[in-house]
Amino acid sequence: MFNFFKRKQSATSAKERLQLVLVHDRTDLTPAQLEALKDDLLKAISKYIDIDPDAVQLALERDGRSQRLVADIPLRGVSRHRAG
Amino acid sequence: MTAQVITVTSGKGGVGKTTAVANLATALAADGKRVVCIDGDIGLRNLDVIMGLENRIVYDIVDVIEGRCKLKQAMIRDKHYPSMYLIPAAQTRDKNAVSPSDMVRICNDLRPDTDFIIIDSPAGIERGFRNSIAAADRVLVVTNPEVSAVRDADRVVGILEAEEKGSPALIINRLNPVLVKNNDMLSAEDVLDLLGIQLIGIVPEDESVIIGSNRGAPVVTDTKSRAGQAFRNIAKRLQGHDVPFMELEQQNALWSAFQRLTGRK
Ligand SMILES: Nc1ncnc2c1ncn2[C@@H]1O[C@H](COP(=O)(O)OP(=O)(O)OP(=O)(O)O)[C@@H](O)[C@H]1O
Ligand SMILES: [Mg+2]
Repeated sequence: MFNFFKRKQSATSAKERLQLVLVHDRTDLTPAQLEALKDDLLKAISKYIDIDPDAVQLALERDGRSQRLVADIPLRGVSRHRAG
Repeated sequence: MTAQVITVTSGKGGVGKTTAVANLATALAADGKRVVCIDGDIGLRNLDVIMGLENRIVYDIVDVIEGRCKLKQAMIRDKHYPSMYLIPAAQTRDKNAVSPSDMVRICNDLRPDTDFIIIDSPAGIERGFRNSIAAADRVLVVTNPEVSAVRDADRVVGILEAEEKGSPALIINRLNPVLVKNNDMLSAEDVLDLLGIQLIGIVPEDESVIIGSNRGAPVVTDTKSRAGQAFRNIAKRLQGHDVPFMELEQQNALWSAFQRLTGRK
């Protein structure tokens, strides 16, 4: 509690940085490639349904020693569709 | 009973593989086990000095492979524990003098009269590492609670899984409890969570390790040393005993992580 306003301690950033590095090491996928994958995925999905590209989240997640690609793609409801 | 072959490896260099091999072997020998250590670091031999046996070397592992001596002639008996032997690495040869099948053959020759064969792997993921894991029944990965060591350990774990060597067990070495408490060092729990493999022991940072290597007497023989106690505990776990983790290892969350990981196997 009292640590609340103190700077983030170094072990916390070590862990956060490692979490990212390991996921990319294990999948052999760079952050840039992941971005490109996201663009391609959005293009493909947009052909069929209306989505909000800015709300899409795509992330590599760890589960023990396995990785998964998790996508959260909110659909734009017809009623909320902003008519041009 | 035939021997269990245990390879100690790491990814990053200098994290404590040779220290672990010398200490685990000595602890096992002190428990009455027949132990043979093999130095797999061709060209950079070290296990001999850490064990205090450097003056007794006549033949090395390459002499065995190239037929210049019998296997028994290259086995140096320890000064204090008569059931412990060292097969030294060649110092003046390159790694290509040994192949994975040479290691398998040597271990198979040793198995009938030995309880534990412990192989000290070189750092990295090249020939010497491949040789060292070729005969392993079980692999121990050593890391320090530090970003580059953990990252390299993860690479090695990935390779071991790809080679179907099974999931290795983790030794976290040089943990500094004070730094961990101040949240300035990755905790054992953090490292376990990142690597996702089972834990076999946590060894604290301890200056008696260096004093032990100076003397050529591994720190397990020092009953007061915390690191020595940690290595003795790991040696018991290798023998299948269920040894509770030391105080520095007891963080509640760590315990549940440990149980989860070992339970899952
Ligand atoms: N728990 C510890 N506390 C303090 N010092 C330690 C500890 N473990 C290892 N060391 C020291 O760290 C150094 C490196 O250890 P060691 O030679 O065992 O590493 P290694 O992984 O075998 O290295 P290499 O990759 O070069 O073979 C040595 O000086 C050793 O004394
Ligand atoms: Mg070494």
